[in-house]
Amino acid sequence: MDKNIRFRLNGKTMDLTSSPDRMLLWVLRSDLSLTGTKYSCGEGFCGACTVLVDNEPVMSCQYPVRNIEGKDVLTIEGLKKNGKLHPLQTAFMQHNALQCGYCTPGMILGAYALLLKNPEPSAGDIADAMEGNLCRCGSYNRIIQAIQTAARMMRGERS
Amino acid sequence: MKKDDFSFTLDRREFIKLVGGGIVVFFTAGDPLALPQQRGRGYPEDFNAYLKIGEDGRVSCFTGKIEMGQGIHTSLAQMLAEELDVPLNSVDMVMGDTALCPYDSGTFGSRSTKYFGPPLRQAAAEARGILIQLASEHLGIPAEKLTAKEGAVTARDGSGKKVSYAELARGKTIERHMAEKPPIKHHSEHIISGKPTDRMDSEQKVTGEAKFAIDVRLPGMLYARILRPPAHGATLKSADTKAVQDIESVRVYEDGDRIAVLHEHPDMAAKALEKIKAQFEPSQPRLDNANIFEHLVKSAPEGSVVTEKGDLPEGKGMASQTLSQTYFNHYVAHAPSETHTAIAQVEGNKATVWASTQSPFRAQAEVVEALGFPPENVRVITPFVGCGFGGKNQGNQITEAALLAKWSGRPVQVAWSRKEEFFYDTFRPAAVIKIESGLDSAGHIVFWEYKNYFAGDRSSQPFYNIPHHLVLSMGGWGGRSGGSAHPFGVGAWRGPGSNTNVFAIESHIDVMAEAAGMDPLRFRLHNLTDERMKRVLTAAAERFGRTFAKAPSGKGYGLVCTDYLGTYVATMAEVKVDRKTGAVRVERVVCAQDTGEVINPEGARMQIEGCITMGLGYCLTEEVRFKDGRILDENFDTYTIPRFSWLPEIETILVDNPDMPPQGCGEPAITTMGGVIANAVYDAIGKRMFTLPMTPARIREALG
Repeated sequence: MDKNIRFRLNGKTMDLTSSPDRMLLWVLRSDLSLTGTKYSCGEGFCGACTVLVDNEPVMSCQYPVRNIEGKDVLTIEGLKKNGKLHPLQTAFMQHNALQCGYCTPGMILGAYALLLKNPEPSAGDIADAMEGNLCRCGSYNRIIQAIQTAARMMRGERS
Repeated sequence: MKKDDFSFTLDRREFIKLVGGGIVVFFTAGDPLALPQQRGRGYPEDFNAYLKIGEDGRVSCFTGKIEMGQGIHTSLAQMLAEELDVPLNSVDMVMGDTALCPYDSGTFGSRSTKYFGPPLRQAAAEARGILIQLASEHLGIPAEKLTAKEGAVTARDGSGKKVSYAELARGKTIERHMAEKPPIKHHSEHIISGKPTDRMDSEQKVTGEAKFAIDVRLPGMLYARILRPPAHGATLKSADTKAVQDIESVRVYEDGDRIAVLHEHPDMAAKALEKIKAQFEPSQPRLDNANIFEHLVKSAPEGSVVTEKGDLPEGKGMASQTLSQTYFNHYVAHAPSETHTAIAQVEGNKATVWASTQSPFRAQAEVVEALGFPPENVRVITPFVGCGFGGKNQGNQITEAALLAKWSGRPVQVAWSRKEEFFYDTFRPAAVIKIESGLDSAGHIVFWEYKNYFAGDRSSQPFYNIPHHLVLSMGGWGGRSGGSAHPFGVGAWRGPGSNTNVFAIESHIDVMAEAAGMDPLRFRLHNLTDERMKRVLTAAAERFGRTFAKAPSGKGYGLVCTDYLGTYVATMAEVKVDRKTGAVRVERVVCAQDTGEVINPEGARMQIEGCITMGLGYCLTEEVRFKDGRILDENFDTYTIPRFSWLPEIETILVDNPDMPPQGCGEPAITTMGGVIANAVYDAIGKRMFTLPMTPARIREALG
């Protein structure tokens, strides 16, 4: 049975009519045409579909929409503010921390959640927090550097 | 220009409408794989790429190549901007669109910069010549008194007289075929090419705006899920679709054993598919990871000589020691981040397909055949591709989407699930290498007999100074030469053939070094006369900064060198082995590469780092397990690919060699990983691993 679900998506209140059992990934990608959130493994093993729900990273392919009721959902499309890139986006570009770019939205959102909790993560902290995000092109070392650069930018230090 | 020149997929009027006015230069990229006789019927034979200076001054390069992360979207633009004297950010790459781009055989084999780059430069130089000529007429100044810079032609006399490319192109439709090869700039004059340059596609990719095939959304589109067999070789006995037929908003396609369900949402289509009750006849193959190597050696074709020199019996007579070993490599998956995907739209007898493919023109030909439409009515568009590595040279999802779109009258997406990806992927073939070699008393390799079962022959040609050698190849890595012996599809995998060959060859070189009583570096230098290879090895050794000792030294150092289609690579690594768990930890990798002239040093380093990182997987964990036609690894829970925590410190060295034309860069370094880690593991624990991947279980077994 379809149900009305009210939540905030990238800062805006949304009313969604959907079966509450459907996974957030598909609702984002097909009902709402927000394709920045990626399908890759479909079973929560790769992190490509990572979005934030109330600032916690979740794998949207495993996250039923009933759980977003009344919550804040942040996807990659919501990161740019007033036309300005988020420091993580800028830092990923500066470090060329991507190749095919398919895992990138999930990587950036995973990093966003990490930096909320730990504004000065070590390389080891980043590896621990991001272990579930896979990058087949092999940009991991650059992603670690980009996250540390973004952290410095966000702390107001010069990169 | 003759009308025939536009015989690719659109007629001339439509082509000009799509491309717009301006100055267009056609040229031929000299890839031997794209020679006219190998092209399909009806394709132009006199050019396979072109560039355009538009009326707005923007420069477009039209090429059938595609961008899957390897960075040619940036490096080709650098080559073009350099030679045309325009700012890099005024270049647009139009890639992999069969309607706009002339025929190309596909993007694979690290061939784009090597074969496409040089003629692209010449075409740009030709265009610059045309612009200077037009400027001469426009300004009334002789051409030799003009110079081109940053998208404009300026008088050399300092008078400030100047006209922009945009102004020169405005209102004109000039088409020029590159006939002669105009001179291009010497690398010492370069200000864009050869300079470290950030990726030009990164802003789209960090904002989520970059579109992959899986992201294409069309009004009224449906998502298809297709009934698949549980095992390779299994056939459909019966299927009961009644439960699905009753669901509103699901459409069911049935044609023989092809059954699909279509829905407006992909998850709902997947749910509907589960309701189909299907029975399959089990498959016959009785193969698994344990008996595959024996099977392959038994079913190998007679094979062919890859290279031979001298006289093997004579070499054997010279040997004071003979060393024989057999090396094994398992199947691995491409595991691209974006699964094989296509979206097709059919209107009347016209089809447009957005595909995640490395071979848009092959895809176009397949759709033409599947739908029976005229070639000019089928257009394949390739958005950004989420990884390829050879796996997207082919894929049935394209014709499946096309057939379902024709049947349903709606745009249809077929995106493989991860499980389908692990089932229909063309794996890198399992392979067996048998080597017999001999040393004389002075530590020289005097003979080398190499038998290769199903790896493919790439990188199997000896580059050491060996007077007597014979290299045989029994079964290649794909296609007719390699396909039939395997229980499922096999094909090219980043550095096809070479990953297995370099592992076997360079492991065996270490076996000989130890027998000769030398350390691995000294033994290699002792048996090399190729100065370019010595230079790359020395560059890596200097940066590595550790002294190699006769193995096993207990230190865990390894080294490898190879020649991958003209790119020379030397890789050194330091590992730690946990003797209790058998886990290998790679601490540090140093990789020196001579790839001739480097177009984008930043891009080259990214490719090398990516190769080293991805390569850790096939060294240590990646192995597709299967039994009786079933694939047992279906997702990343059991098929383990490299993760953040695995990462060693990686140092890359680009060995300066700008006078050599640019060679390939996307694959060479990955081919060194099996050998370098196996050699480092041996140096650490004194046990040689003859089988890849070197899983903890295999290491524990070796340690006894």
